[in-house]
Amino acid sequence: MLLVLEQVLNGLQLGVMLFLLAAGLTLVLGIMNLVNLAHGSLYMIGAFVAAGVIRLTDSFLLGLVAALPAAALVGMAVEVVALRRLYTRQHLDQVLATFGLILFFNELVRILWGPRALFMDVPDWLSGTVEIVPGAPYPAFRLAIIVVGGTVAGFLYWLVRRTRLGMLIRAGASNREMVGALGVDIKRLYTLVFGLGAMLAALAGVMAGPIYAVEVGMGEPVLIVAFVVVVIGGIGSVRGALVGALLVGLVDTLGRAFLPTLFRAFLAPDTADGLGAALASMAIYVLMAAVLAWRPRGLFPAHG
Amino acid sequence: MARPAVTRLVLWGALVLLLALPPLVQGLGADFAVGVATRVLIFALVGVSLNLILGYGGMVSFGHAAFFGAGAYVVAILAQHDTQGEQLVTWPIVIDGTQSALIAWPAAMAVSALLALVIGLIALRTSGLYFIMITLAFAQMLYFLFISLRAYGGEDGLSLFARSAAGPFDLADDVHFYYLVLGFVLLALWIKRRLVASRFGRTLRGIRDNERRMQALGFPTFRYKLAAFVMAGAVAGLSGALIANQTEFVSPSFLDWQRSGEILVIVILGGMGRVYGPVAGAVAFLLLEEVLSAWTDHWMLVLGPILVLVVLFAKGGIWSLIERGETTDG
Repeated sequence: MLLVLEQVLNGLQLGVMLFLLAAGLTLVLGIMNLVNLAHGSLYMIGAFVAAGVIRLTDSFLLGLVAALPAAALVGMAVEVVALRRLYTRQHLDQVLATFGLILFFNELVRILWGPRALFMDVPDWLSGTVEIVPGAPYPAFRLAIIVVGGTVAGFLYWLVRRTRLGMLIRAGASNREMVGALGVDIKRLYTLVFGLGAMLAALAGVMAGPIYAVEVGMGEPVLIVAFVVVVIGGIGSVRGALVGALLVGLVDTLGRAFLPTLFRAFLAPDTADGLGAALASMAIYVLMAAVLAWRPRGLFPAHG
Repeated sequence: MARPAVTRLVLWGALVLLLALPPLVQGLGADFAVGVATRVLIFALVGVSLNLILGYGGMVSFGHAAFFGAGAYVVAILAQHDTQGEQLVTWPIVIDGTQSALIAWPAAMAVSALLALVIGLIALRTSGLYFIMITLAFAQMLYFLFISLRAYGGEDGLSLFARSAAGPFDLADDVHFYYLVLGFVLLALWIKRRLVASRFGRTLRGIRDNERRMQALGFPTFRYKLAAFVMAGAVAGLSGALIANQTEFVSPSFLDWQRSGEILVIVILGGMGRVYGPVAGAVAFLLLEEVLSAWTDHWMLVLGPILVLVVLFAKGGIWSLIERGETTDG
C-alpha cells in the first residue's frame, strides 16, 4: 500500500512537470495557433542555465532565478525573429520551422556546454525526506515539485480567469482579429504570452535537473509527451492541460511500476518484464489514441 | 497538359545522370558516392510515398518513419531467424526466417501496409493538428515497442548478416544494389504519375482542397484517404526494407520522430504535391547534410536556420523553381 502511495506521488510529480510544459504549449497553440516543437528547447535551456549558475555560485535558488528570465528572453527573441512570421502559416510549415530551431538549439547548447551530461544536486535544504504518512518517507525535493507545480497551476488559473491579461488571452484565443480591432496591441500580447510559456518550460527544466540528467536533446522526449497532454486535454485549454498532465503522469508512472508485476501473475517472469515494460512505455500513447477515438477534440475542447 | 520544355529537359538530364552515375564516379575514383546516391534514392522513395498522402491528400503525417522502420525491421528479423535457424512463428502456421528479397521485401510492404491500415482507421477520424499528433503518437508507440524487444537487439538494434538474396542481382555489389533501387524509384514515380492523374488521384486532390464538398458529392472520402494512407505505408515499408539492406543494420532510431521530421523536410524542400519534388528534396537534403557535416561538426547549427529560412521564404520547394504553375498536373 505504501508503495502504491509513493508511486502515486511520483505520478503527481511527473504530472505537474508535464503541466508546466503543456500549459505554455497549449496557450501558444490556442492563442497564436502555433505548433512550437522548439518549446522543449526552452526547457533544455532553462536546465542548462541553472546548472551553469549553480556550478558557479553553489546556490540552487540563484540558478532558478537566472534560468527563468534567461529562457523568457530566448523565447521572446525567437518569437520576434522567427515565429511571429509563422502565425498565419499552416501547421505543417510551423512544424518544419520549429524542427529546424530544435536542431539549432541542440547544437548551440552542445557548443556552449559541451556534449557531456551535467549533473545537478538536490539543494541541501530539500535533500531530506518527509513522512506524509507515518512510515512512508518521501523525498522532500519531489514533494516540493508537486507543491510548486500546484501553486503555479493555481496562479495560472487566477491569471487566465481573473486578470485583464487573462481576459485578453482568452479573447485572443476565440477571435484574434476582433481583439486586434478593439485596439489591443496583439503583437506585444503574443510576445508576452510566449515569454510566459518559456518561463514555465524553464521552471520545469530546472526542477527536472536534479532528477533526470541535464543533457543535449533532453527536451524532445518530454516535449512529445507534453503534446500528448495538450491533445488529450484539448488544444488551448489550460484546465485540459492540467487534467491531461496528471492523467498522463499517473498512467505512465503507475504503468511502469506495476504492469510488469501484474503480468508476472500469469506469465513467465522474463516475458512478463519485457511485455510489461513495453506496454508501460506505450501506455500514454494508447491513452491518447483512446481519448481521440472517443472525443476527437480532446477532453476539454477550448472553443468552437 | 503540355509540360514546358524546361521541365522535360531537367527530367531527361536527371535520368541520364542517374543512369550513368556509377561508372562516372567510379571513373573518378569516388566509389563511396554510389553508396551515398543509393541512400539518397531510398530517401527519395520514402519521400515519394509521403508526398502521396501529404501533397495530394493533405494528410500531414508526422509518423511516416513508423512504416519505414517497420519495413526495415521485417527484413532484419526475418534474416536473423534465418541465420539462427529458428522459426519466426510456430503456431498456428509455421513461418520460417528468410533472406530472400522475393519474400522478405513483399513481407515488409505487407506489414507496413497492415500497420498503416490499423493506424489510419483511428488517425483518419481526426484532422488538422490532432492528426499530426496522433500519427506521431503511433510512431512513438512503435519506437518504444522496438526498444523493449530485447530479442531483436532492443535499443542497440540488429545487424544483418548480409544483404538479401535477389536472384540475378548481387546485392552485395553496391552498383547492382544502386540500379535496383533506382529501378524502384522510377517505377514508383511512374505509378504515382498515373495514379495522380487517375480518377482516384483527382478525388484525393478534391478531398485535400475541400473534403466537405467531396462528401456532399457522394464520395466516401474516408475510404479514399485510407486507401492512399495504406499505399503510402506500403511504399514506405519497401524503402525501409531497402535501407535495412543498404546499412545492413536496423535500430529503433529508424523510426524515431526525428526521422519522421526528416522525411517531411524532404517532401517540403522538394515541393509537395509535385511528383518529382521528393526526389529533388532528397538530393538537396542529404547532400546538404553530407557537405555541411564534412565542413563542420556543428553542421546542425547551420542546417536548422536553413530549414527555417526555407519555410519562411521558399514556399513551393525546389521543384517549383523548375516547373511553375499549379500542382494539379503531374
